[in-house]
Amino acid sequence: MSTLSQKKGVGGTIWDFMTTVDHKKIAILYLIAGGIFFLVGGVEALFIRIQLAIPSNDFVSAGTYNEILTMHGTTMIFLAAMPLLFAMMNAVVPLQIGARDVAFPFLNLLGFWLFAFGGLFLNLSWFLGGAPDAGWTSYASLSIASPGHGIDFYAIGLQISGAGTLISGINFLVTIINMRAPGMTYMRMPLFTWTTFVASALILFAFPALTVGLFLMIFDRLFGGNFFDATMGGNTIIWEHLFWIFGHPEVYILILPAFGVFSEILPTFSRKRLFGYSSMVFATVLIGFLGFMVWAHHMFTTGLGPIANAIFAVATMAIAVPTGIKIFNWLFTLWGGSIEFTSPMLYAVAFIPSFVIGGVTGVMAAVAPADYQFQDSYFIVAHFHYVIVGGVVYAILAGVTYWWPKMFGKMLDEKLSKATFWLFLIGFHLTFFIQHFLGLMGMPRRVWTFLPNQGLDLGNAISSSGAAFMAVATLILLVNIIKTTAKGQKVGGDPWGDGRTLEWAISSPPPEYNFKQTPLVRGLDAYWIEKMAGNKEMTPAEPLGDIHMPNSSFIPFMISLGMFIAGIGFLYRNDHAWGDIVGIIGMVVMFLSMFFRSWIDDHGFHIHKEDLVDDDKEAKM
Amino acid sequence: METEQKLTAETFPASPEKATLEGKNKFTGFWLFLGGETVLFASLFATYLALRNSTMSGPKPEELFDIKLVFAATMILLTSSLTSVYAMYHMKNFEFKKMQLWLGVTWLLGLAFLGLEIYEFRHYVHEGHTFTSSAFGSSFYALVGTHGAHVTFGLLWIGSLMIRNAKRGLNLYNAPKYYVASLYWHFIDVVWVFIFTVVYLMGMVG
Amino acid sequence: MKKWRLNFRVLSLFTLLAFVLSACGKPFLSTLKPAGEVAEEQYSLMLLSTAIMVLVIIVVTIIFIFVILRFRRRKGEENVIPKQVEGSRKLEIIWTVIPILLLIILTVPTVISTFKLADVKGMKDKDAVVVNVRANLYWWEFEYPNQKIITSQDLVVPTDKKVYFNIKASDVKHSFWIPSVGGKLDANTENDNKFWLVFDSKKSKEANGVFYGKCAELCGPSHSLMDFKVRAVSSDEFDTWAKDLKKAKPDVETASAKAGQEVFNESCIGCHAVDVKDNRPEQARQAPNLAGFSERERVAGVLPHNKENIKKWLKDPEKVKPGNKMSGTYPDLTDEQVNELADYLMSLKEK
Repeated sequence: MSTLSQKKGVGGTIWDFMTTVDHKKIAILYLIAGGIFFLVGGVEALFIRIQLAIPSNDFVSAGTYNEILTMHGTTMIFLAAMPLLFAMMNAVVPLQIGARDVAFPFLNLLGFWLFAFGGLFLNLSWFLGGAPDAGWTSYASLSIASPGHGIDFYAIGLQISGAGTLISGINFLVTIINMRAPGMTYMRMPLFTWTTFVASALILFAFPALTVGLFLMIFDRLFGGNFFDATMGGNTIIWEHLFWIFGHPEVYILILPAFGVFSEILPTFSRKRLFGYSSMVFATVLIGFLGFMVWAHHMFTTGLGPIANAIFAVATMAIAVPTGIKIFNWLFTLWGGSIEFTSPMLYAVAFIPSFVIGGVTGVMAAVAPADYQFQDSYFIVAHFHYVIVGGVVYAILAGVTYWWPKMFGKMLDEKLSKATFWLFLIGFHLTFFIQHFLGLMGMPRRVWTFLPNQGLDLGNAISSSGAAFMAVATLILLVNIIKTTAKGQKVGGDPWGDGRTLEWAISSPPPEYNFKQTPLVRGLDAYWIEKMAGNKEMTPAEPLGDIHMPNSSFIPFMISLGMFIAGIGFLYRNDHAWGDIVGIIGMVVMFLSMFFRSWIDDHGFHIHKEDLVDDDKEAKM
Repeated sequence: METEQKLTAETFPASPEKATLEGKNKFTGFWLFLGGETVLFASLFATYLALRNSTMSGPKPEELFDIKLVFAATMILLTSSLTSVYAMYHMKNFEFKKMQLWLGVTWLLGLAFLGLEIYEFRHYVHEGHTFTSSAFGSSFYALVGTHGAHVTFGLLWIGSLMIRNAKRGLNLYNAPKYYVASLYWHFIDVVWVFIFTVVYLMGMVG
Repeated sequence: MKKWRLNFRVLSLFTLLAFVLSACGKPFLSTLKPAGEVAEEQYSLMLLSTAIMVLVIIVVTIIFIFVILRFRRRKGEENVIPKQVEGSRKLEIIWTVIPILLLIILTVPTVISTFKLADVKGMKDKDAVVVNVRANLYWWEFEYPNQKIITSQDLVVPTDKKVYFNIKASDVKHSFWIPSVGGKLDANTENDNKFWLVFDSKKSKEANGVFYGKCAELCGPSHSLMDFKVRAVSSDEFDTWAKDLKKAKPDVETASAKAGQEVFNESCIGCHAVDVKDNRPEQARQAPNLAGFSERERVAGVLPHNKENIKKWLKDPEKVKPGNKMSGTYPDLTDEQVNELADYLMSLKEK
């Protein structure tokens, strides 16, 4: 039965979303959860900038400040940026390849719930004795020594959340490998799908290193392990290696989908195909591959020795080449085009210089001896905010605006979107550009305060002022969302008018089953080709028939809940006798739920041919 | 649904695990998962290699490891991998009972391996080599213990499959399940070969 | 039309700001005012990489601005579909090869410099100036093995020659950084890291002879307050300083100072030594060596050095440096005791 004809109350809708295995609804779940965590991380950022607005400030205490900075980074990367990117991947990738869902719909929901429970677990720390306070990188000697349970919330929370991410990574890989519509060869896939593909491969190979690192941390703190205890023969540098073997690919996991978003938006709003498609694909794959070879550039000052430093310096510089290739290909996509400055396009255009600035400071930091000055200073803070905010956040704001009508059937208000864009642009540059110089002038990072008369006062004041702009921009975005949800105008399948890829060939939002008939793909920019040939719709690749759909399930929620309970139990194992017992109960709930899922027969259900034809009539109304 | 048709040895596809879209997806997905598991074990190996000399005042590897016991366990596990291949052969030939038989043999061999390992660990604990005794201790048990946990999970998995499908028989819905379980079993066997080499053989040489 | 004008204004403002600010920064703290061979070499690398990157930025910016202006969709062009261009092999080659060449230009000095700055062979010379740095929560210990003295918080070094450092940490990871003199090196708990720095005599005059040192690895609540100071003096002055410090004894004249000495010897002496010859093993040296304390640049690394601030620190150390290891190690002191202790501490001279 199509969702158009189902009417639900609030309770019914909540249950629907809790148990849905539909990638489009899961995308909305990720959008909401990721959005909430983005606001949390943003508030944490505001507190940081308020504390640093003037020297010797005491807006928050030193210990609390370390918790805020840790949670800001951890929340933004793991609980905001990644889920929001997953929201877009879920909403768009199956549509772009002409599929009806992802390869493993059940696991898709499981991935979401694990992320949500992990994020919840981590943020519970605020209320249960204090958040983690050793930075988002949680280096071993400080984090082993950190009193209270903050770091335990960090390690266990990220472990739960990370399991969800790993599962989702595999899901997208298999979806893209096995479920492309007829005619869609790899080299006819949209760039956003390609970047999702490579980013998912990075997730698959990077997260297990973090998994091991977190387990070693958990073992040392809660189970008497000695991995990082120098007095028992342990070594804290092992944590640094494991963390960055994960951590560097992680930033490419963040930026590649962002590149993909812009590779969709720039062609669409210049009415020109992506310049150098094969080079773009090649560059994406190369960046993904090289991303695993450079991790120790985060450790130049650790004391690995000149040979290691030299090798990693050269390898890091190499990544600039494929990245540069991409920048030029984007510029030449615009060249000769017919550019329309919609709000997604504004972000895409602003991204180019912003990301180039962030990228070049990255190359500067690749020069190891120079990095001896930059490392752990505000120069590095400026660098990564330029690439993450100028790259990933811009892409998220752009992509969410761009695909909002496809997901919800309504367009966000363009005037408000543009206001958000301009305020955010101003605030972003105000806050972070000056930080390059603060670092060069000798200001270390992760500092609760700075002393007067060291030349750092003006720069910090300017930097803090920018935060206000970004906060207002975000509020305007919230108003936009609320206004649109309440009374936005409904739109059709191709609301921006110039859609090139398959997602724009179906209604907004699409029916439950996406494509009534799997489309036949005749080339790159499959929908554009049909439009230029004068066709209103895609040519079907199969006759009309019954459509097989997966069943909803409550079990992903149960599995995640089990893991959450286990986490709580083991966290308190050294404080309470019930710790281990609750931990084991949680694991049992988790395994029993998994067992139950695998034991039963679940063949899904069918939407019958006759209902499909009716749907068509309804959608046209 | 294709599985509605009555299956016979003649109509059963040559690669039943990949005959449906769901099967293809599970096949691809599980190989990818094993790629991730490889990185997981590689990280544990790297940690072990970095810390294996930090025995503090505890017993050293040369003093602890009994090559005869470990060799026996290795042979048992390798054989269990072989018997799982027989099981898959029979699955492709639609010979359900023979498949179940060889899976059962695999299972018993796996249980024997686990039994030997538990015996081995108890001996070590008695000698003062525990998870908390030194960095060597922690990294040894993290690596070998994680492998043991994987074996345990594999036994639960294969056992459940055998019981679950005892009455259902073989069909295109559970063929991928069996296949993926056997892939898993091969994987932990390969990991063991590395453990045998890096932990035990290298440990004996000093 | 208005959009690009605003963009341009913002862009040129930033450029101006950049130039203005590059001349900014204090000579005792800024990496942009290098005061020694290591900082200078690193500064040259920064300039080289910046120059190459600015070149790239200029090229990208020119194309970018041109494209944004020239190819905007104008009125009447609503239905124009531009020519779809697949790509250009020639361009792809150009913008692959040129960046590779630029990077090679950058790579060569990078590798050379990496090896040069790591060369600590000279540490073994018997007249080398070597400092064993031990980072702690939240103070720095400086041991001079060849001069056989142990001090803390103020690092006294000779100018115009290589000073070698062995760096380690006693509790958690820290990082040793003197921005205007050279890059940082981490203080790890499980190994010694080694490097060298040179302190230029002319530049140190510009900085009034004192460079600011920072901890550059998050180590706890007072990470931002773990400053140390570097006093760069001539080679001869350095030798004299070391000799004098070895012979220095507390100059206890007044009754107040004598009373303070008694209070000190009752509890403080358990952790703090007042003699540069401290033969206790490392683990026992749990607090800064206070020989020559009266002539230090700061109290507790952050407060201006005067009697008032000494008293402030002693009365409530936790307020000055949250999480420090001295808080709670002694009972509340009366105002009189604090005053006496301060007098005693002010008597700890360098010669």
